[in-house]
Amino acid sequence: MTEQVIQLEKVNKWYDDFHVLKDIDLSVDKGQKIVICGPSGSGKSTMIRCINRLEAHQEGKIVVHGTELTNDLKNIDLIRKNVGMVFQQFNLFPHLSVLDNISLAPIWVKKMPKKEAEEIAMSYLEKVKIPEQAEKFPGQLSGGQQQRVAIARSLAMNPDIMLFDEPTSALDPEMIKEVLDVMIQLAEEGMTMLVVTHEMGFAKTVADQMIFMDEGRIVEQASPDEFFNNPKSDRTKLFLSQILNH
Amino acid sequence: MSSSISFTHNKYYSWCRNNLFSSWINGIITILSIYFIYEVSSFFLNWTIFEADFVNNFRGEKITDRTFCSKNIEPGQHGACWAIIIVRFHQFIYGFYPVEEAWRVNLVYGLLPFALVGIFFDNLPFRKYFIYFTFLFPFIGYFLLYGGAGLDVVGTSKWGGLLVTLFLGVTGILLAFPLSIILALGRRSKMPVIKTICIIFIEFIRGVPLITLLFTANVMLPLFLPEGVRPDNLLRALVAVTLFQSAYMAEAIRGGLQAIPKGQLEAAQSLGLTYWQSTRKIILPQALKISIPPIVNTCIGLFKDTSLVLIIGLFDLLGVGRAAVADIDWAKLHYEVYVFISLVFFIFCFGMSRYSLYLEKKLKTDNS
Repeated sequence: MTEQVIQLEKVNKWYDDFHVLKDIDLSVDKGQKIVICGPSGSGKSTMIRCINRLEAHQEGKIVVHGTELTNDLKNIDLIRKNVGMVFQQFNLFPHLSVLDNISLAPIWVKKMPKKEAEEIAMSYLEKVKIPEQAEKFPGQLSGGQQQRVAIARSLAMNPDIMLFDEPTSALDPEMIKEVLDVMIQLAEEGMTMLVVTHEMGFAKTVADQMIFMDEGRIVEQASPDEFFNNPKSDRTKLFLSQILNH
Repeated sequence: MSSSISFTHNKYYSWCRNNLFSSWINGIITILSIYFIYEVSSFFLNWTIFEADFVNNFRGEKITDRTFCSKNIEPGQHGACWAIIIVRFHQFIYGFYPVEEAWRVNLVYGLLPFALVGIFFDNLPFRKYFIYFTFLFPFIGYFLLYGGAGLDVVGTSKWGGLLVTLFLGVTGILLAFPLSIILALGRRSKMPVIKTICIIFIEFIRGVPLITLLFTANVMLPLFLPEGVRPDNLLRALVAVTLFQSAYMAEAIRGGLQAIPKGQLEAAQSLGLTYWQSTRKIILPQALKISIPPIVNTCIGLFKDTSLVLIIGLFDLLGVGRAAVADIDWAKLHYEVYVFISLVFFIFCFGMSRYSLYLEKKLKTDNS
């Protein structure tokens, strides 16, 4: 019996007249790894940003850990504490040291004593293999190191679910691997993950489910095996042929 | 032989050669410029120092009014007559504050650095206690300056000179700072009522000259208040100055807020930080850092603008200077007075400008 941690039912969202999400249905089980791909503007980022309410949906229902996302700020805070997010542009806090970046949320959101929070921060820095950078500022690190700090920052809140919004798209090719390695390790430890990415190698290694989105709809949802070897829709075939054979 | 080689390779020589005498035209311009600088500075130094009178004139007599100034005795003498400043020094610094009570003002001046140092330098040992003192200082300062509870009361109508300038400048800037942060955040708020109030306030204050605000505060304010309530003149000016400064500073800070990428707030929110936590810990520290140059710019502007209060009858540094020039005993010594006042203003404004550079350098966290 698997436990459902995220449910989206008939979710619709508009930016003014532009219909970004159309009748999205999705359910995610605990420990599942879902990779979402699709052309730009297809609504993949918007969809995962709705799950921690960085964007509000207008119709339908989003339930995370049994809590429905509404305008109720208490529910939003509750969900954000348990859902970590990693961004394309890292979004580290440039005025804080690496250690302060990671320990900030445990101190202020979880009201943890500073010493304990810094110990936790160090343990996550070791997990992403850059403990020696703790005293530096984000601007002094490479892109790959910054993204690993961003992952450590999210993990320090001990979330059950991690959302990744194109985590390697802003990185130089030689830095992509170091970030993906951390994500693979995280997947092996059983974290529930939703990953928007075009790294198909990563998808094949890690994903339980592949989702292909286009024009605001989920066009195809299948196991990686099915998805890569026997895609159903023509749109998926076209997309795959373009990104796999360049 | 070896000496001539080392001479041509001397780095000062090559610097001069490259920067000052790289061509005939540049050489001529350099020589003319040096001559010009020499003429101007020698004239200025002679006037201010070498040929100037301080306490005594060239005959060794103590100067007690303008007729004793060297330049008024001997046509060949041109130096400044600083005696006007020295004789009236008390007025320039304290206004009409009683001489025997001036120690109170000096004590406030002496304590002021201790009150500011905690705000200005965050790596100070025992900073916490300095900050406590900063919050206590306005009360201590007011008690010392105004009096009461054992000290003789010195009404603000007797305050003047640098005391008024510093009181309005420093207090105005310090009070305006928190107000301006609230206004800047309010102007970007999603709540329409708060946003509208902040926009109207900022645009109204910015759209009106400071002189008008001072007049309004001075003349109109009592009309709106109940009969018998007549707020102090200096206090009215302080209100006007604070509101004026807060509107300008709010716009400087808003510029900084707009420069922060949206991702910063999103990252803070995704970690579960509330709006106020994100604002205080993530957004404001970065926005204020970016806003340092324009904030200091408005502070310098305000510090100089405090001299406008002389039109509502307050004697700030400039007001005292004008009174000195108007005194028949000392008439026609405009240059001395205005040069002195300029120097005092310059010291404070230059200090603010240097501090802002120090702060920018210290807050830099990247390699660029």
